[in-house]
Amino acid sequence: MAHLQKDRSLIAVLGDEDSVTGLLLAGIGHIDSKQKSNFLVVDSKTPLAKIEESFEEFTNRKDVAIILITQQVADEIRHILDDYDQAFPTILEIPSKDRPYDPSKDSVLKRVQRLFGEGA
Amino acid sequence: MSGAGPRFAIFPTRMALTTMKNRLKGAHTGHSLLKRKSEALTRRFRDIVKKIDEAKRKMGKIMQVANFSYAEVMYSTGDIGYQVRESVKQAQLKVRAKSENVSGVQLPAFEMYVDGQNAFELTGLGRGGQAVQKCKETYKKAIEVLVELASLQTAFVILDEVIKVTNRRVNAIEHVIIPKIENTIKFITSELDEADREEFYRLKKVQGKKKEKLAIETAEREKNQSLGLTSNQAQPSNLLNEYEQDPDVIF
Repeated sequence: MAHLQKDRSLIAVLGDEDSVTGLLLAGIGHIDSKQKSNFLVVDSKTPLAKIEESFEEFTNRKDVAIILITQQVADEIRHILDDYDQAFPTILEIPSKDRPYDPSKDSVLKRVQRLFGEGA
Repeated sequence: MSGAGPRFAIFPTRMALTTMKNRLKGAHTGHSLLKRKSEALTRRFRDIVKKIDEAKRKMGKIMQVANFSYAEVMYSTGDIGYQVRESVKQAQLKVRAKSENVSGVQLPAFEMYVDGQNAFELTGLGRGGQAVQKCKETYKKAIEVLVELASLQTAFVILDEVIKVTNRRVNAIEHVIIPKIENTIKFITSELDEADREEFYRLKKVQGKKKEKLAIETAEREKNQSLGLTSNQAQPSNLLNEYEQDPDVIF
């Protein structure tokens, strides 16, 4: 499996303007030779189709290792996130600026709870 | 009975019995090994789950701090969002994956590293430079935590999958393969026993017949002798005489 992760070095972001800007400021932004960026700013006007499309694109890219997604955006495409079961790239839900983090919504934590709810 | 339940389609021979016994032994070994593997993985899995829980909490806090520092930037420098997004070129913070081996399962661990120059060196040069620097640092720390969390999460997903597969194998061996082999062994044993009994009965029967024949012959000979007949009448006739009447074979 090691060869699968070798080229993956980027962190992609889907989120509100402030979260994305902060993360870009830290230096995760990348624009490749085809002018494709590894981030998407989602605001109230962004259509759902656009978010879905970007998410699909990031998950299919071979150089993305981690996809950060603010929980607000994650809620919009929850149906895709819940079905997503690949190991790479890893989807990570992060808290957005104006909404506190709710662990009960997180797809991964939900799986954790389901597993231990049944296991206990 | 032996025929109940599924079994392998083989002939009940002694050789097959030996093969089956070996397979049974192998299945037991495999079962115990897999069970141990599954236990080791589960232990690791629980560790990871605990760590994920901790890291998620930590992430909540650190993201709060990072967001606050960004608010400071907004206050002192004004909206730099557009400027920042437009000046993105090459990623400076990157991750690389190392892998760790747990009971034959490759678990990835991401590691963050800094590559090249920061693209935003001039951001906030006019005013609020310090706030921008501070914001950068906090976000960098936040990303470190996020990367750690991401590797835990990946390990979680992979381990989950592997544990499921291992448990499925353990169960398959325990509930399908071993009973099947045991059934086959039972079947072969009972068939062999049956054959043994048949053989014994046949031998007994043959012996009985022989005794009967002998008794009749002895009785006849005694009768003949008592009648005073010579024994050459009891000579067997020429066997070939029987075939004299056969017609010639013409092709």
